[in-house]
Amino acid sequence: MTFGTLPYVLALVLMLIGLYVIVAKKNIIKIILGVLILEHSINLFLLLQGYRHGGTAPIRAPGQLDTEAFAATSVDPLPQALILTSIVIGLGCLALMVCLAVRLYERFGTFDITRIRELRG
Amino acid sequence: MDPVLWVLLALMAFMIIGSLIAAETDDLLSAVVCVGAVGAGLAIIDLFLGAPDLAITQIVVETLSVVILIRVVLTRKDETHETHKDTLLVGGVLLTLGVFLVIGAWAMTALHPFGEPLLAGEGGGVASDYLARGLAETGAANYVTAVLLDYRAYDTLGEATVIFVSIIGAYVILRQKGRLHHAGGNESHR
Amino acid sequence: MPAGMSLIVKTVARLAVSFITVFGIYIIIYGHLTPGGGFAGGTILAAGLVLLLLAFGRQRARQIVTHEAVITWDCMGALGFAAVAVLGYVAGGFFVNFLARGEPYHLASGGTIVLSNSAIGAKVGAGLFGMFWALAAFRSSRTKEEQP
Repeated sequence: MTFGTLPYVLALVLMLIGLYVIVAKKNIIKIILGVLILEHSINLFLLLQGYRHGGTAPIRAPGQLDTEAFAATSVDPLPQALILTSIVIGLGCLALMVCLAVRLYERFGTFDITRIRELRG
Repeated sequence: MDPVLWVLLALMAFMIIGSLIAAETDDLLSAVVCVGAVGAGLAIIDLFLGAPDLAITQIVVETLSVVILIRVVLTRKDETHETHKDTLLVGGVLLTLGVFLVIGAWAMTALHPFGEPLLAGEGGGVASDYLARGLAETGAANYVTAVLLDYRAYDTLGEATVIFVSIIGAYVILRQKGRLHHAGGNESHR
Repeated sequence: MPAGMSLIVKTVARLAVSFITVFGIYIIIYGHLTPGGGFAGGTILAAGLVLLLLAFGRQRARQIVTHEAVITWDCMGALGFAAVAVLGYVAGGFFVNFLARGEPYHLASGGTIVLSNSAIGAKVGAGLFGMFWALAAFRSSRTKEEQP
């Protein structure tokens, strides 16, 4: 595999580590950390799609008036906008998951999901 | 060879090692700190790949996440080591993920090579149009903000809705007023 | 935790929160000229308020930033963003950027982008701090009940 696909495969490895933690771990806080790792890996993968070799940030300085030259060396701004919303949504979802974990601890006294058995309405 | 590529590979290796430590350690506090390190590594990668807005947002969001998680973990004592080691489940999961990794790596070769983005045409779409006409049409020098709040403002409205709903959900889950069966009064969280 | 932290932490936090708030407002307002924007600035404001809560304890922080103020800023931010969206109908469609463009690299140059950034910054900042506050209040009320 060439250097052109190695960053993508490493992002995929990170994604699979997050997935492994969600599926195979028994502690709710560990599962929440697995969701966090998965979100980081997906943001990284989206970011890698937009990079250009030797590219600069898509912010135009007051001295740059040449639109053609700017558009030829800038990185893609579209994935960055989508990732920006994704990061803040990730924080909101993390806070909601932590609220659920706190409630579960108050009810059952443990974070271990194999001991949380009684689901009453 | 692009020097940014070497830095990127080193930082991604750091992130993978950090997440492996977070997955396997028994101490919850160490796991939280390792995930914080993964987020900080991602912020540095953002800087190298030309995304300063993302770097600012990522580092502040990671700090807040680590603060929330440490507050939850520190004050609740729980045994964290696995009481039943289910080797059959773990072996099955690892086997499935290994197959997924092989197929996924083969599928990644169909993507465009890293460093040559598709900005126009059937694959890329409108990104080159945004770069060429962004300043004239929207008046904003920061093209990410121009995309986020002018060209794709509807997605931002959806994102604000998602955050709003998650905040209301957090308030509802943590409510204490409805618990009438506690004698001696209950303290509302207002 | 209800008493907050030591005197050194409180003194440094008093200075730091002022700088953090000003920096957060700068990142929000100049979002269309420099890196940043509504989301980054909003989370910076939330982080400053979280520092206030951690250093001074819950009671004192509630006097400085009341729960009603947090909820009001949150809802005003959301309604402001929705108002910018609906007012786009003045110029012909949903979410049309209808204000004048102005000269580039000036503060009033993005049309409705500055208003959208401010609304989102208020919403994200107040909302995230409110969520953290609810977690802190839940924890302290829970540990009080645990004592038999």
